[in-house]
Amino acid sequence: MAGSQWELPPELCCRPMAFVALTGLDVVYNAVHRAIWDAFCANRRADRVPISFKVLPGDHEYPKCRTKRTSYEWYIPKGILKTGWMNKHLNLVPALVVLFYELDWDDPQWKEKQSECATKVEIVRTSLQGRNTKVAVVLIQKKTPLPPGEDLVASERAQALCHSCDLSGKSLFVLPHTDHLVGYIIRLENAFYEHAQTYYYTEIRRVKSHKEFLNKTTHQLLFVRHQFKIAFFSELKQDTQNALKYYRTAYSLVHELRAHETNMLEIKTMAGFINYKICRLCFQHNTPLDAIAQFRKHIDLCKKKIGSAELAFEHSAWMSKQFQSFGELFDEAIKLGLTAIQTQNPGFYYQQAACYSQDRKQLALQLCQVMAGASYPSPDPLDTQGAGLDFYGQRPWRQGQQSIDPPDAEKEKTGILALQIKERDVPHSELIIALLSNAVAQFKKYKCPRMKSHLMVQMGEEYYHAKDYTKALKLLDYVMCDYRTERWWGLLTAILTTALRCAYLMASIKDYVIYCMELLGRASTLKEEQKSRIEKNLIKVLTNEVPDAEPECDPSSVSAARSLWNDRMALAGSNELTIEVQDYIPFIQCKAKFQSPSFHVDQPVQLQVFLRADCPHPVSFGKLAVSLSNQEYNQWCVAEWSGQEAMSLLPGKTTCYNFSFVAKTEDVGKKIEMTGIEVMLGGDSGRCVFVSWRGAGGDAASAHEALQASRCSRRWGRNIEARQELDWDSLTMQHSTMIISRVPKISVQLSHQPPALTNEMYCIKLTVQSQEEAMAKDVKLTAGLKPGQDANLGQTTHVTLDGSKVCDDSAPSLLPDVPLGELKPGEKLEKCVYVKCVSTGPRVFLFHVAYSIDTTVEGRQIMCKCHKDETVTIETLVPFEVSVKFVSTKFEPLDRVSVDIPFLLMTDILSSSPWPLLLTSSSLQLLTVTSNTPQLQSQLQEVVLQTGECASECFCLRCPPQTNINNTVATGQYLLSWRRYVHVNGDSPLIQTIVSLPHVVLEMVPLYIHADLPSFGRVRESLPVRYHIENRTALVQEVEMAVEPSDAFMFSGLKQVRLRILPSSEQEMLYNYYPLMAGYQTLPQLNISLPRCPTFSTQALKRFLPQRIFVKPQGRQLDDASIAAA
Amino acid sequence: MAVCIAVIAKENYPLYIRSVPTQNELKFHYTVHTSLDVVEEKISAVGKALGDQRELYLGLLYPTEDYKVYGYVTNSKVKFVIVVDSSNTSLRDNEIRSMFRKLHNSFTDVMCNPFHNPGDTIQSKAFDGIVSGMMVQTA
Repeated sequence: MAGSQWELPPELCCRPMAFVALTGLDVVYNAVHRAIWDAFCANRRADRVPISFKVLPGDHEYPKCRTKRTSYEWYIPKGILKTGWMNKHLNLVPALVVLFYELDWDDPQWKEKQSECATKVEIVRTSLQGRNTKVAVVLIQKKTPLPPGEDLVASERAQALCHSCDLSGKSLFVLPHTDHLVGYIIRLENAFYEHAQTYYYTEIRRVKSHKEFLNKTTHQLLFVRHQFKIAFFSELKQDTQNALKYYRTAYSLVHELRAHETNMLEIKTMAGFINYKICRLCFQHNTPLDAIAQFRKHIDLCKKKIGSAELAFEHSAWMSKQFQSFGELFDEAIKLGLTAIQTQNPGFYYQQAACYSQDRKQLALQLCQVMAGASYPSPDPLDTQGAGLDFYGQRPWRQGQQSIDPPDAEKEKTGILALQIKERDVPHSELIIALLSNAVAQFKKYKCPRMKSHLMVQMGEEYYHAKDYTKALKLLDYVMCDYRTERWWGLLTAILTTALRCAYLMASIKDYVIYCMELLGRASTLKEEQKSRIEKNLIKVLTNEVPDAEPECDPSSVSAARSLWNDRMALAGSNELTIEVQDYIPFIQCKAKFQSPSFHVDQPVQLQVFLRADCPHPVSFGKLAVSLSNQEYNQWCVAEWSGQEAMSLLPGKTTCYNFSFVAKTEDVGKKIEMTGIEVMLGGDSGRCVFVSWRGAGGDAASAHEALQASRCSRRWGRNIEARQELDWDSLTMQHSTMIISRVPKISVQLSHQPPALTNEMYCIKLTVQSQEEAMAKDVKLTAGLKPGQDANLGQTTHVTLDGSKVCDDSAPSLLPDVPLGELKPGEKLEKCVYVKCVSTGPRVFLFHVAYSIDTTVEGRQIMCKCHKDETVTIETLVPFEVSVKFVSTKFEPLDRVSVDIPFLLMTDILSSSPWPLLLTSSSLQLLTVTSNTPQLQSQLQEVVLQTGECASECFCLRCPPQTNINNTVATGQYLLSWRRYVHVNGDSPLIQTIVSLPHVVLEMVPLYIHADLPSFGRVRESLPVRYHIENRTALVQEVEMAVEPSDAFMFSGLKQVRLRILPSSEQEMLYNYYPLMAGYQTLPQLNISLPRCPTFSTQALKRFLPQRIFVKPQGRQLDDASIAAA
Repeated sequence: MAVCIAVIAKENYPLYIRSVPTQNELKFHYTVHTSLDVVEEKISAVGKALGDQRELYLGLLYPTEDYKVYGYVTNSKVKFVIVVDSSNTSLRDNEIRSMFRKLHNSFTDVMCNPFHNPGDTIQSKAFDGIVSGMMVQTA
């Protein structure tokens, strides 16, 4: 009851709708009536008119209308607003009463029915005496009515009925009970709505008319009341704009009232109501800023209106309610589509509401404590004989009194006492928590994680006050880590302190230990003496004793807690606790590291564990253990209290523990990781608490500390070196180490002559020498292309051990595990590996020599596998370039080859190898064409080519006459055998390189001409030239020949001739040329034409003929003598 | 004049926080901490609008019933927060701005100290003095 005293009345919070009463419907026994009623009230959607319907019996008694006051002159109002008024107009006094009556126009007993209907209307009218409520009649008819005007009987009878019932024609309706019921109903209710509107309009007019009778001195309350009523009627009329206007006037009027202690509550209550209505309408009008502004104004105006000091908690409760209901309105508006923002959302209002509830609780605690001894007064001053209050916001013991001083001081006193006693029983914490959780939900939505955490802390604290420690701990524990990760130590410490109290009061050992540890740690901002007290308590728990109570705990709870602790301590077993501290900031810090990121298998693995205590007193511990990823090593990494020397940590000092062990040979190539570190606090006698860190230690704060330390050391590096003591923050953790194989003591040397040449068998000599002191067993060589290079290289590289012949493509690119036997200390071993690279480019070759050897580490015999890798990058080059060309016998380049006419093939071999090359032989494999020389011999036998040198060959070839003249023909291949020229042991195999000869275009010539002439002429000596003209066709050819004169020659022979040559025969022409000038001379031009074959040009023939000849000067007979003389 | 002045690191942990001794210190810690929600939101909102030179002064972060909380973020994302009593209506926006500027200048001096390790809490007497000058004087 006390909690709900502040709730807003439901009739205030609902949306006012016109009230229409339906009478004459029997919804229980009459199916037709039931259907009509359902059509009115079931599934009302938003698009239907806002009316609230109610079925009432025909003789229902409506609230009596009081006699209207004719004058306000002597009237003194007793309060602002009657508690029943809103409900009366929402649910009791209808705007319209509708009488349903079953009557068809052609009813046989029309007269009787008409008068019965009139009687019923009269009954309703009487009951509504004095009210402006309208009455309407609906005739339920079985027949579908005819269109208006057609049914003469109907219109006549309707008129009669209206007359007898004293109704206007607009208030008589017909409802045919047919298929389209809902449609008719909707039309009906629209008509009802209009009537209702008119009713509320007249009501507004009526209230307004009172105004002229009022005076400002005695009727202040009425001004507010009337404005409120007008506004409320406007709302019922759905005129929200005007409603808002009147509410605003009412609001300003309510603050103009003379306020004093006795009516403060009434004023505030009404101000709250009106404010609620204004804000609600503002949100409804989608003007949220107006709503917020109104609310702020409201709060600013009312904040200081505390009223009676003894009941100050009431003011806080009221304020809280104001904020809460505004928050709810805001939230409601958001659900209907309003968008809120981070800094303006309902959460703030819920939070403030919670804040005022907390104030209320504080005030209640102060004010009601005084009355602790008093008993509830009798008779109950709050009792109103079950009738409730007459006016909103008045005191039950002095209702309706508006004088400034309370009439009865004694009554006032008992009233206040009763209220205070009631307030004591209010579940404040529950209210606060509910508000806070509302706020949390809002802030979560509007991206305020820190605000959310803060409110959750408050919730946790409230649960603590409400003695629900489990829930308190749950909440506090949840948010703690947010504060820890954000490093707000002050706040974290405050939360931890509350949490520790909860854990103590619940006697939850594990939680208690955890919170103690963190409160002792470096993140705690507690004072030294506090820490000292907590540490003593922690030691007590470890030795199975009951810890001292936390300060500021409720004394009754403390004694309950003490007995709980005693029970816990008495309980045997479950004395071991493991606490994962990685995510906390415990008072013992731990960091561990392997001395090196890798260890050879023949070295002992060393690791160090550093511990440091931050608490005020030394702590001793029983055991320190490191767990590693391979659990077999764990036994070597345990430090245990052996009895004589206790292991203890001094405050602020770093203690280091060293461990070492020998790794297993199976772990070579594997990582060893620290999986956890455990420190055992306490001992066998009491309670064992295992403080455990994952990995290599560290906690929630150490990463940041390390970062800060590194920033610092970067600047003050020299200082660090100079400092004697270990700097804790700059200690780095090394949580894993690699076990790597033993360092091999052998040498692997490679000798070779790079670069390699394509296709050659490239020899790499490997020399392995042992420097071991023991026998190296099981020596194996893996040689070849290093894996992981371009995939194509694998297919173009072949490795073999056999260098006697050229290997084929089946040889692999990597030779794995070639056994080399054993190596005695100092022994040397040589091995040749041959590599054939088919393509050019760089390649990385790997030579991996593996062996095993026995060795001892710290007295333990182990067999180690060692290996040594050598890699070498070898470039492969093309040894030589071969270029081939066809030329005519005149050494002119040929673009096409004539059939059965000799031509030349020229090959040039240009060495690009840095090493001398030995060409052993060359040969031609001809296709289509044949050699013109009977015994084809290589001209390149045993030729040595140095870098950049070129070797050439020339072959005379001819295309046989029978050849089919395709356009192009293949001519064959050129084969070269070669190898690298080495002076010593040049027994490397020969490589045969095949060069494809180019294709040629063949052509037929109809006529072939060639000349026989000496290689040179001499001035003034006869030079016989014989031209042979061959007819290559199957036809007789007529040939015209003419020799053009030349300045350099005289000649004899036929200057112009015409002759016929038979098919496949030859004509010979002889000329005697007589050179006149020395030097290179152009021979006289021979012009040949075939008159029968005009397409054939002389130019084609000219290429067969020599153009020039060298003419030597004339010899002198005297010369011989002059030479002799000389 | 302010009732609480705080300097918050880029990573949102406090570098310096001082409040008037007469009131609950913890409450101010919470107020400053929760105001970071709004600061973060404002910074990220600005981050989206590229190019513009960001205004360091963030203005009123959020009003509570009792206090007004103002924020300021340096280019290196160090936040300054000033909490003012709501009843103190004499304080104008300009004055708050100049308080922040003064605070920023003094903070820059602290950072320029070669013996100061950035990221550590501020323990400078000069800075303390500047802050004291801006706090509400309690007799």
